[in-house]
Amino acid sequence: MMETKISTIIDEHAADPTRLIDILQALQNHFGFLSTQTVEQTARLLNIPRSQIHSVIEFYSFLHSEPVGTYRILLSDCIIDTLHGFQTVMDAFCQKLDIQPGTIRSDGKVSIATTSCTGFCDQGPAALINGIAVVALDLDRVERVVNLIEQGEPISEWPADLLHSEDNIQQRGFLLQQGIEAGSAIKALLDRGIENTLIGLEQSGLRGCGGAGFPTVNKWRFCRQVEADAHYVVCNADEGEPGTFKDRVLLNNYADQVIEGMTLCARLIGASQGFIYLRGEYLFLRQKLQQIIDQRRQNNWLGQAIAGVEGFDFDIEIRMGAGAYICGEESALLESLEGKRGVPRIRPPFPVTHGYLDKPTVINNVETFAAAAKITVAGAQSYNQVGTEDSPGSRLLSISGDCARPGIYEYPFGTTIEKILIDCGASHTRCVQVGGPSGTLVTNTDFQRQISFEDLPTGGSFMIFNDSRDPLAIATNFAHFFAHESCGFCTPCRVGTTLVKNTLDKVVNGLGSENDLAELKKLSHLVKAYSHCGLGQTATNPVMDSLTHFPEYYQAKVKDQAFTPAIDLEQALQQARTLTGRADADAHLEQFNE
Amino acid sequence: MPIWSNLTNENAVMKTLSIVIDGQQVPFKQGQTIIEAASAAGIYIPHLCYQPEFTPHGSCKVCAVKVNGRACSACTTPASEGQVVDNNSDEINASRRSITQMLFVEGNHLCPSCEKSGDCELQALAYHLKMFDAHFPHLFPQREIDASHPDIMLDRDRCIFCELCVRASRDVDQKNVFAISGRGIGSELIVNSPSGTLHDSDLDVNDKAAHVCPVGAILIKRKAFDVPIGERTYDKKSIDGTVLNKVEK
Repeated sequence: MMETKISTIIDEHAADPTRLIDILQALQNHFGFLSTQTVEQTARLLNIPRSQIHSVIEFYSFLHSEPVGTYRILLSDCIIDTLHGFQTVMDAFCQKLDIQPGTIRSDGKVSIATTSCTGFCDQGPAALINGIAVVALDLDRVERVVNLIEQGEPISEWPADLLHSEDNIQQRGFLLQQGIEAGSAIKALLDRGIENTLIGLEQSGLRGCGGAGFPTVNKWRFCRQVEADAHYVVCNADEGEPGTFKDRVLLNNYADQVIEGMTLCARLIGASQGFIYLRGEYLFLRQKLQQIIDQRRQNNWLGQAIAGVEGFDFDIEIRMGAGAYICGEESALLESLEGKRGVPRIRPPFPVTHGYLDKPTVINNVETFAAAAKITVAGAQSYNQVGTEDSPGSRLLSISGDCARPGIYEYPFGTTIEKILIDCGASHTRCVQVGGPSGTLVTNTDFQRQISFEDLPTGGSFMIFNDSRDPLAIATNFAHFFAHESCGFCTPCRVGTTLVKNTLDKVVNGLGSENDLAELKKLSHLVKAYSHCGLGQTATNPVMDSLTHFPEYYQAKVKDQAFTPAIDLEQALQQARTLTGRADADAHLEQFNE
Repeated sequence: MPIWSNLTNENAVMKTLSIVIDGQQVPFKQGQTIIEAASAAGIYIPHLCYQPEFTPHGSCKVCAVKVNGRACSACTTPASEGQVVDNNSDEINASRRSITQMLFVEGNHLCPSCEKSGDCELQALAYHLKMFDAHFPHLFPQREIDASHPDIMLDRDRCIFCELCVRASRDVDQKNVFAISGRGIGSELIVNSPSGTLHDSDLDVNDKAAHVCPVGAILIKRKAFDVPIGERTYDKKSIDGTVLNKVEK
């Protein structure tokens, strides 16, 4: 029975080992978790080592080798969700369900744990329940969720308003003003020809919207020039940077346009296969995206001989992530697409020459593909008439935190923080985290700075904190995030992010000294300078920025002496007391202090 | 073939490519990495996860050098004309020392009671880098020991995630016995067998993977004290001299 089901699921995925993560998610949906037997049979049928499967399961947060609850609640512990009542919601769930965080209830019905940002900072606190987003949690909604769980109601039957989320598009510009008509960019490409289309994109000055800002057309041209028997187009929809949610909104409203951008790219570089790598948190979008892909195939905007042009063949497969921030890094994403742990590759070679299955591959952000399609239809001029010289065009910001109107704002590059704060109704702002934890902390003396590649580059996250917020809590939250998301490949990031986290915790808990602050700075520089990829190279930015801008908060926490041990002696004795079964006064340290 | 084409090739070979390491001109051949060029010239760049016979991995970061001011792994960065490389500088060596200290506190490395003492590259490297303490607070991980195999012992407390065993088993032995599982600081060396332990894996005592571990994580049973302490590799010679001797051979 079990063996038949496993075979069926694997057959449905063409027994393709590159689809391992999707296969494991399907198996987990059916069996609840991934047992040793499931792994054994899967390894045999896919003809890959069982250790590869084990290592993949243990790498991704959403895959489990142990039983989890029939209902699995994952509450986002993103800093913004903590501002909006994460703890209250967690406490309410735990109390009403009679469960502890990080555990499964004894009847196996429900488990609860935390997860990294789920992409709903504009309507938090948010949770994933069996992978599906449930947002704007307050005590009333918690009560409703708990009742549905206790009644055993399948999540597919839950009332629509509980599973509803808002797009919150607050300000539209070039990209959001009006979506393109399906097929219009493809028609424009076919009318104009490949070279003229590339020239148009070049004139627009479009730069990659993931944050790094590499000129899009250069990437596409490089890839086009590489001779190979296959080229690939990959849409990076793994927006894991805490505070970002623009790609969620784009895929929910402008998926046709994103896919059109990918199709355009495919024609320009000579690819016939594309992938949308969708972050696990956005599972709720999958079905809708699949329908759009199917619809486009029916309309001949995807598939064989697109728009009737012989040889213009291109199709798209959606592949799901499974809860790993690192997979937003393009080479880690490729590893994940190939069914492996998301460990960043050594570069060079770069994906444009050696990408998916070692073939030339273009990887771009969701927004980049959407913009490329629009530019091809509306012309370069319509894009770059705004922006700055080095950063033409506009940018989607995901605005969240302490403001009256969180949501998606499209701004021309060069817009100041000050203007953005006024527009979204923020007051008494102490600081803004631009570009997420890996970005830059901007304090209220610097709000004349602007969003642009030359000043404040950003992948779109814009988190606002007012003067009631504790800078140490923010830095600590980010430090925990990076220690949790480090892939573990290189020493400085694997060990360094944990040491930074521990040292910061020590300071925040009042056990720190001047020496610890100096250590934090040294460690931060080391991790930044020597880590293998962008995660490690930016992981300590928030701590360094925080120490620079808010030294008084740290000073207030540290003790006078030059050195304080991290260990609490009294607490350290607990293990010995447990082992020896002692609870008497002599087994405690206090008596010696007297 | 016309004679001029031959001449052109000759000229191409004649033109010596070179980089500068610590002020010294070092020739390199197209396709060599910085560490390969350095080793060929008798310059030691400290390393752990790099072994010349395996595909470079670039994970330990002990071979970090500064190339034109930017930190790079010498084992994975291709040498190219115009590179000015800082290798044996105080700054780089201090960073390498910190990275080595990270490896020490991450695991449970108790040199005095370790069978590998004297033959251990991590220990030898620590001496070479003048590391006198662990500096960072120990993380004291709890990791499983696997003594199930008749001839081979796996002590995960000492694993440094260099993946040499993973590469050796995959690329040389063609067995895929080892893999790294988990994520971040929770990473773990796992064994590809039905039980997850070594006794029912394909690992044989003569496999490359059983002998490649630079630390005391994978040990051959009953051989640990064949060579007495005091007469071991790094008891006689520091790691820089040992490594360069190997290259000369």
